[in-house]
Amino acid sequence: MQGFLHQLLSGLANGGIYASLALALVMIYQATHHVNFAQGAMAMFSTYIAWALIDAGVPYWTAFGLTLFFSFLAGVAIERIIIRPVECGPALTIVIVFVGLLLILNSLAGWIFSYTIKKFPSPFPSTAWYGSKYLSPHEVGMIVVTLAVLILVFLFFRFTPLGLAMRAAAQNPVSSRLVGIRVGWMLAFGWGLAAAIGAVAGMMAAPIVYLDPDMMSGILLYGFAGALLGGIDNPWGAVLGGFFVGVLENIAGAYVVGTELKLTVALVIIVGVLVFKPAGLFGRTLVARV
Amino acid sequence: MPREGNARKGALLATVLFALAAATAAVADDTPGVTATEIKIGNTDAYSGPASAYSVIAKLESAFFKMVNDQGGVAGREINFISLDDGYSPPKTLEQVRRLIEQDRVALLFNTSGTACNSAIEKYVNQKQVPHLFLGTGADKFGDYQHYPWTMGFQPSYRTEAQIYAKYILKVKPNAKIAILYQNDDFGKDYPTGMKDVLGDNFDKMVVTASYETTDPTIDSQITSLQAAGADVLLVAASPKFAAQAIRKAHDLDWKPLFFMTYTSTSIASVINPAGAQNAIGIISAGFVKDPADPNSRNDTGMNEWRDFMAKYMPGADTTDGNYLFAYAVSKAMLQVLKQCEGNFTRENIMKQAANLHDLELPTLLPGVRVNTSPTNYHPIRQLQLGKFDGTHWVPLGDLVTGAGN
Amino acid sequence: MKAMLNETPLVEAVANRLSPPIWRWLGIAAILATACILPFAISGYHVSQFSQVLIYAIAMLGLNILTGFNGQISLGHGAFYAIGAYTTAILLDKTGIPYWATVPIAGAICLGAGFLFGLPALRLEGLYLALATVAFAVATPQILKFKGFDSWTGGVQGIQVDSPAAPFGLPLNTDRWIYYFCLIWAVALVIIARNLLSGRTGRAMIAIRDHPLAAATMGVDTALYKSLTFGISAMYTGIAGALGAVLSAYVSPDSFPVLLSIKFLVGSVVGGIASISGAFIGALFIEFTPNFADQISKAAPDAIFGIFVIALMYLMPTGAIGIFNFIGVRLRRWAVAKRQY
Repeated sequence: MQGFLHQLLSGLANGGIYASLALALVMIYQATHHVNFAQGAMAMFSTYIAWALIDAGVPYWTAFGLTLFFSFLAGVAIERIIIRPVECGPALTIVIVFVGLLLILNSLAGWIFSYTIKKFPSPFPSTAWYGSKYLSPHEVGMIVVTLAVLILVFLFFRFTPLGLAMRAAAQNPVSSRLVGIRVGWMLAFGWGLAAAIGAVAGMMAAPIVYLDPDMMSGILLYGFAGALLGGIDNPWGAVLGGFFVGVLENIAGAYVVGTELKLTVALVIIVGVLVFKPAGLFGRTLVARV
Repeated sequence: MPREGNARKGALLATVLFALAAATAAVADDTPGVTATEIKIGNTDAYSGPASAYSVIAKLESAFFKMVNDQGGVAGREINFISLDDGYSPPKTLEQVRRLIEQDRVALLFNTSGTACNSAIEKYVNQKQVPHLFLGTGADKFGDYQHYPWTMGFQPSYRTEAQIYAKYILKVKPNAKIAILYQNDDFGKDYPTGMKDVLGDNFDKMVVTASYETTDPTIDSQITSLQAAGADVLLVAASPKFAAQAIRKAHDLDWKPLFFMTYTSTSIASVINPAGAQNAIGIISAGFVKDPADPNSRNDTGMNEWRDFMAKYMPGADTTDGNYLFAYAVSKAMLQVLKQCEGNFTRENIMKQAANLHDLELPTLLPGVRVNTSPTNYHPIRQLQLGKFDGTHWVPLGDLVTGAGN
Repeated sequence: MKAMLNETPLVEAVANRLSPPIWRWLGIAAILATACILPFAISGYHVSQFSQVLIYAIAMLGLNILTGFNGQISLGHGAFYAIGAYTTAILLDKTGIPYWATVPIAGAICLGAGFLFGLPALRLEGLYLALATVAFAVATPQILKFKGFDSWTGGVQGIQVDSPAAPFGLPLNTDRWIYYFCLIWAVALVIIARNLLSGRTGRAMIAIRDHPLAAATMGVDTALYKSLTFGISAMYTGIAGALGAVLSAYVSPDSFPVLLSIKFLVGSVVGGIASISGAFIGALFIEFTPNFADQISKAAPDAIFGIFVIALMYLMPTGAIGIFNFIGVRLRRWAVAKRQY
């Protein structure tokens, strides 16, 4: 029983990492109705910027803030410069541009920062009253930060005019333009916010998984799965989905099949759930109009 | 009369010239990749993709051969080192190696990296009878001189290393419960195999294993399971990122097993420091390369030779990265083989000299570790030195151990 | 999905009426002739590169059928490629079946596997299908490494097989023979695809892509056709995998990472996702561009590749075939306009 509890806690810790990236994916989806496959790579690159700042002597929270700011600007710039030319094109074309972006960011990070892993500091102390053997203070802190970002995202989309405008721009660009919404800039803003959230995800994950150009590739898959499982248009669902995936993965590995097939079983279960609930556990089912 | 004489002279001259040309052509074919001014050496490495951390080895090799050329080359010839990216994909490795052999016409292949990648090219290279020297992998299978006489490994095999650990455990903790965390590929799987070689039927009783994929974000779950199984010995057969995670997680869990680490992840720069040096105290590993963090190494002539090389030819590189010491050693071994050829660079002779290294001492190898090859021994380095991490560097533990090899 | 089409069938119908078929036959004949002469004009290792191009083209043709003509996205075709490759390798390793017979067997097995995968995939659309397929691609290497299957798959070590020799004592070396073997399969599969797509099945597939509800209303059994398309698509890619195993003479779990599936999709889109000839252009792209990128930058070759990909997406959003068709339509309109005056 104790072992089970430990695996559960360990799963929640992993799930926290997936949930934070899932939030970035939800943000970009709600703002643009595309899933950015390069989100993980962008988060990784932001984390490297933060690392470089900290390495140069900048204090942690200043570096954190600067990184969020730069990431936001970079997200806006990427949308306006790289994505804009293909925005109105076929959906697959946009997906391929995301893939290209992913390759470029990964390769650049490896070239500039080398492939050796780097240690990334945590803002949380190594021992604290809220930590334990199975859930370190940083992991607890990361979960709290993820939930805080979740609440902010939810409040933003639900209760602010800007959030409403962004959702409108994604759902119905034509009508949005008619009511005066600058659709192009809404998309760019969405990208900026998603990049900033991704940066938070990366900076929270890096102390646990260590910083290297491939840091986010495994996390992206699970984050994506978690987001879809919970409902890609629902931030609460995505975060819950992320936690669920983390716990599922750990339990599957420890009790169901052993580590040799852990990944396979976890994915089979996720896809299985989606087959039964195609819009995700908490997503809204779309009904097609004839 | 004089015209007939001239005709005969002409014919004789023509015959001589033709014979010379034929002979030169024949000689040129005998030494593919080698001309009077150049020796071509081919290499493939992962410059892109997840295994790219090891590409620093090929980078050092490139700088090393540049140094050799600056010092006059070998037997009056410059070394042209051609290194291609295979992205750690075996089909791509085969394509690049075919290009090196058929288009660039290299004399030999040196330190091609990746176990699966080398498996993909082994048959082809042996069919083409190209020396395939000092492979960048510790997989046990390379060194089969009977079936693949042109392929020779270099570093001690992972399986041998695991056998050495098993023997040590049986000596100090005969009733231990052993946990193995291994990467689910040919590198990691060699470790449970090696343990099984020594433990035999007791393996299932004494050992509990957990594997991970390189796509897994963390190995925290595996470490948690292994501790929960009641193990008091832990062997981690993981690449640097996951090795660092394992050290940190074991520390977080307050778990202090007798901790063994694969020699590929003992670098202070890329594993120990990120995990926290104080968390790594007591870890045992085996090595054959000197520790750059060892304070005693400051007066060591071999290390200083390496440091001078790094300062001049690889400025800005991280000199606490053990990969650079390994790369220097294998490059020096290659240079020795070329020197022993004494100007005769046929592929047969290159292979013959590679299988003719006796007690070769290399500046960055641990004292006592020697390179030895013979026509029936294609495992150049079989000795390992156990060492324990004391918080700042690796301290030797006991004497050199010789593995059985294949 | 509708917006991504390059309206190939419509354009072709128009083109057929406006341009004499003789030019198309001559064009096809010229391409075939070049393909046949090629192995004798270039050296051994380059021939094997073009064999790989043909193999990738067949694999991507499968993907085009599924994603371009039927609208079901797949980020996991590398898994079917792996199944085909391992089928061939295991049969060659364990049984006495000759290499040329393993290819149709691999195709048949992948046909079944694809159909079985397509059944639950019926419930998934767009992003969700993308996740399911990428999950399949990521899980496949792990399944191949599973120690329970070790005796069949060779586990992490993989399987080595022998390269075939030319049959009937033909005076061809192995490289050239493998190339012609792949070429025969490529031509055959292209002809089959052509007939399939221009017939009833093809129209049903395209209808499902364009407007599934209307298709269902018209009596098209969408479930059957979608699963069938998955199966056929998997069969094509599985045959490509089998040919790939014959070419490399070695398979291992590391040979089929998820990046392979991504590369197939990138190549398909670059070539033109809803076309047959686009697959060949895409195959040329993914085979030769990485080498080219490697020459430009040793330090970051993937970045150069990524830049190429993005640049091509700007210039040719509907793929190379899309651009050719666009130019072709413009030229024909101009020709028709000229004739009218």
